[in-house]
Amino acid sequence: MVAAPALNDASPDVLYPSGAKIINAIKAANVQHIVALPDIVTSDGLLWPMSKDPDFRLTRICKEDEGVSICGAMSYNGTRAVLMMQQTGLMDSLNALRAIGVDYERPIVILVGLQGKEPHLRPQESQSYGVRIMQPVLDAMELSHSLIEEPGDEAHITDAIERAYALSRPHIVLIGREPEAP
Amino acid sequence: MTLRRDDALRALIPHIREDDIVVAVYQTNFDWMALNPRDLNYVAVGAMGQASSHGLGLAIANPDRRVIVLDGDGSLLMNLGSMVTIAGAQVTNLYHFVFANRVYEVNGSHPLPSAERVDFSWMALAAGYKDAFRYSDLDSFTEDLPAFLSGDGPQMAALEIVAGEAYPRDYAYIHSAEARKTFADALNR
Repeated sequence: MVAAPALNDASPDVLYPSGAKIINAIKAANVQHIVALPDIVTSDGLLWPMSKDPDFRLTRICKEDEGVSICGAMSYNGTRAVLMMQQTGLMDSLNALRAIGVDYERPIVILVGLQGKEPHLRPQESQSYGVRIMQPVLDAMELSHSLIEEPGDEAHITDAIERAYALSRPHIVLIGREPEAP
Repeated sequence: MTLRRDDALRALIPHIREDDIVVAVYQTNFDWMALNPRDLNYVAVGAMGQASSHGLGLAIANPDRRVIVLDGDGSLLMNLGSMVTIAGAQVTNLYHFVFANRVYEVNGSHPLPSAERVDFSWMALAAGYKDAFRYSDLDSFTEDLPAFLSGDGPQMAALEIVAGEAYPRDYAYIHSAEARKTFADALNR
């Protein structure tokens, strides 16, 4: 469990990314499979809408490392998938990502909600240790990653997925603010 | 009665179709590669009990093929939730064999926790598998195999086995790019 961010009246207002644009960007990359554990950052804006979207087949999993293996295995015939989880789950599945994503060179694309991150702060500035270390951990593992914080950040997902499958390498998209529900 | 792992694998070989995908783990994998080398053997499961999850991914992405998972008991204990996930995914083309020798064989043969009391077939049924069976002798396993593999999955066969002939542990091959390419080429041929 990660502590909720400590916000007060002095916290500045921020804009939030669009869940609909993230979903459309995923569809534009020809992804039809979502493999997921729920994450409170992306629950309303992404996972609930995806679960009702007939363009996706959603596979709900019990633990995050299952998802790394499922998506890696699916990729052998070119079947594209996006895996969704919270950063605590990513930390728990780093060995699977090391083995299957890096050592076996599979295109594992993961959307990771940064639960506990203050919306007005960058991840590296967060008071939450679990949030603050995410990017350095991914850098240490030589994993490609990007960040969605505000409107306009969503569009890069299509290219990130295309690149992951073209290179057959993992990519992690960190989501620092709750996407607005479609 | 005693069921040797290599005898069980030999009994399975005639029932494997050319287009079946076989996902195997650790010593069962090494034995299977020696007894039935084929391009659609999926050997790159990493570690930490992930064979069943790889099997599910393959089953979802290849609905016209049967996916046969040859799991280990120690491996499956590291990924018990995968049985619930498999049942929830409602894949009908996944057949899950668990070779239960009650030890972590490739890591020094230390016993599993609660080694003698775990019943994997009950676990599979409780997780929502369509059916599950437990075998400890070769004759009944061999007799049931055709029906087992012709029914809808997900199904489990939990085999109470002892090690048979020791086949070489070729870790370099199972982790190799060559093994993954061989499988991918065969899958997409």
